[in-house]
Amino acid sequence: MSRSGPPIRRRLRALGMGMLMNAVALLFALPLLFMFASSFKSDTAIFKDLSSWTALLPAPDWSLANYRAVFDKSELPTFMLNSAIVAALTVVGGILVNSMLAFALARLRWKGRQAVLTLVLAMLVVPFEVIAIPLLSVVARLPWTAYAHGALVVRHGWFNSLQVQIVPFLANAFCVFLFYQFFRDIPSELDEAAKMDGAGPWTIYWRIIMPNSGPVIATAAIVLFLGAWNQYLWPAMVIQGAALRPVQPGIQQFFGRSNSWGQIMAYASIITLPVLAVFLACQRRFVASVMGSGIKG
Amino acid sequence: MTFATSSGRDSAWSAALFAAPAMLLFLVFLLLPLIVAAGATFSNHRLVSPQPTEFVGLDNFRRLLSLQVVVIDPIADGAPRYPGWRAVRAAQPRLQGYREAFRLHWGRKRVVLAATDPLFYRSLVNTFRFAAMVMPLQCATALGLALLVNQKVRGRGFFRTVYFAPVVTSMVIVSIVWSFLLNTDRGMVNELLRAITGDGNAGPDWLGDPGYALPAIAVMSAWQGAGFQMLIILAGLQSISPELYEAATLMGANAWQRFVHVTLPGLRNTLIFVLLSTTIMAFGLFTQVDVMTAGGPLDSTTTVIYHAVRAGFREQDVGYGSTVALVFFVLVLAVSLLQRKLSSRGESV
Repeated sequence: MSRSGPPIRRRLRALGMGMLMNAVALLFALPLLFMFASSFKSDTAIFKDLSSWTALLPAPDWSLANYRAVFDKSELPTFMLNSAIVAALTVVGGILVNSMLAFALARLRWKGRQAVLTLVLAMLVVPFEVIAIPLLSVVARLPWTAYAHGALVVRHGWFNSLQVQIVPFLANAFCVFLFYQFFRDIPSELDEAAKMDGAGPWTIYWRIIMPNSGPVIATAAIVLFLGAWNQYLWPAMVIQGAALRPVQPGIQQFFGRSNSWGQIMAYASIITLPVLAVFLACQRRFVASVMGSGIKG
Repeated sequence: MTFATSSGRDSAWSAALFAAPAMLLFLVFLLLPLIVAAGATFSNHRLVSPQPTEFVGLDNFRRLLSLQVVVIDPIADGAPRYPGWRAVRAAQPRLQGYREAFRLHWGRKRVVLAATDPLFYRSLVNTFRFAAMVMPLQCATALGLALLVNQKVRGRGFFRTVYFAPVVTSMVIVSIVWSFLLNTDRGMVNELLRAITGDGNAGPDWLGDPGYALPAIAVMSAWQGAGFQMLIILAGLQSISPELYEAATLMGANAWQRFVHVTLPGLRNTLIFVLLSTTIMAFGLFTQVDVMTAGGPLDSTTTVIYHAVRAGFREQDVGYGSTVALVFFVLVLAVSLLQRKLSSRGESV
């Protein structure tokens, strides 16, 4: 912060700061580097490299053997597909319902608006862990339609399904809050003009507000995607059998069963890469939006 | 600005339509479970059971919270020896159904805290210990990281991304990778310790020693989560007016004084928010424990949520699991209200 002092001191300071930042970066990147590097090595190579820097680098004789073994030994492709479906539907549905509620709260005036807003803010502090157990009891009784013997029938109980991993997580108080803050700051002239032309609230929401909300949509997408892709406790409780299992309980099971470090690291790398890719793709918007949210409400 | 002036009723209808989907979902998947939880605490409700659910009054709370203090005198003089818990319990009818939760020493007397669910009290103590370790650690780390990436140096976007990377990695993966790093014989952490100390046997059994397991999980959790709060603190740092720093410099303040008198007061609300969110996260500790230690060794890492899941899901006792979860929720609320009260005077977050 200080811009004074002789140039030598300033340069030394910058050098020290750079070294510090690199050291801390190594500390934060080390476990992930170790994971990626080890996934290409045999177990003997992993153990041989443990005490040196080579543990963080791919070995010269790297191979995809671990990846092949993971695909042969586990049902990873099924788990990936399940997680991808769950994540995609959660992101799309979540963006829609949360932004709609936020639109009603931020851009429409109605009785009870303040009360609903307060309720949404209160729901922010309810940790999922608190409602997980009673939620089991709720989803065990919910109806769902099934197609059997050429007719639609109503079945009760959502265990072992895809919807049980999606629907409870669509409405998200944090996302409503993000959208609400963003919508509130969009200048009202935009919808004033549209209203003059006879546009109803749906047109204003769909044609004016949403197209101008790229950053907050990206943020909500990341928040919802991370939540869905990284689900662990809930699917471990409601999904039995491998057919509908998502990736995180899948790797926990693989971890308990396999004793090959390299294969476990390959598994971990495969399911981490999509998240890192999504994050890197939207990180600029995401970072800007997280920094702008949170405490100014 | 709004639709109120032109036609109030239309606006009420459309507002209801816009709000309905999310509100309905909140109702079914958040409020209903809370109501079910409140009801289940007074029942013996099980997930699947041939018997109908019965009202059991306060039985669940009694089973969860009952606690008695028992003072035990040593048997002989000299080196103190004490009667076993079974003998003590057999001698006192009021202790029926109680098991030892904690053992303390008071002079030559042994003081035993006995509970009908000793594991709950151990979980409670572990949860508070974890929160007490992870809160200062994670907040300080986040503040340090934010100060680092707030420096005007080249590549700070890169560093910001690297420090944030653990946040997007799932807790399951983080826990698995760290179990390898913390492995006693072959873990990188112990290899490093051995290299530094030159002692080939150095390095504790991180996850297998009751004294080290919870601190190890706390350090890992802080490492994983600090990046998120770094961003929030960074936003707070950038909203502090540069003129304040210039004024402080003109008045002869050094870097440390500027930090204490300009930065910290400017970050007050941000830090309260960060502290609160870390608290809620810390009290919800589950995944790391489930993957790394399964509550062990010797129950040194069971937490309240781990206990609730064990009762409510693995033993299918929804009534009791809900009681644990609800007591936990009341605790979280109390702690966060207390923090807010202590840290905010007049100002709102």
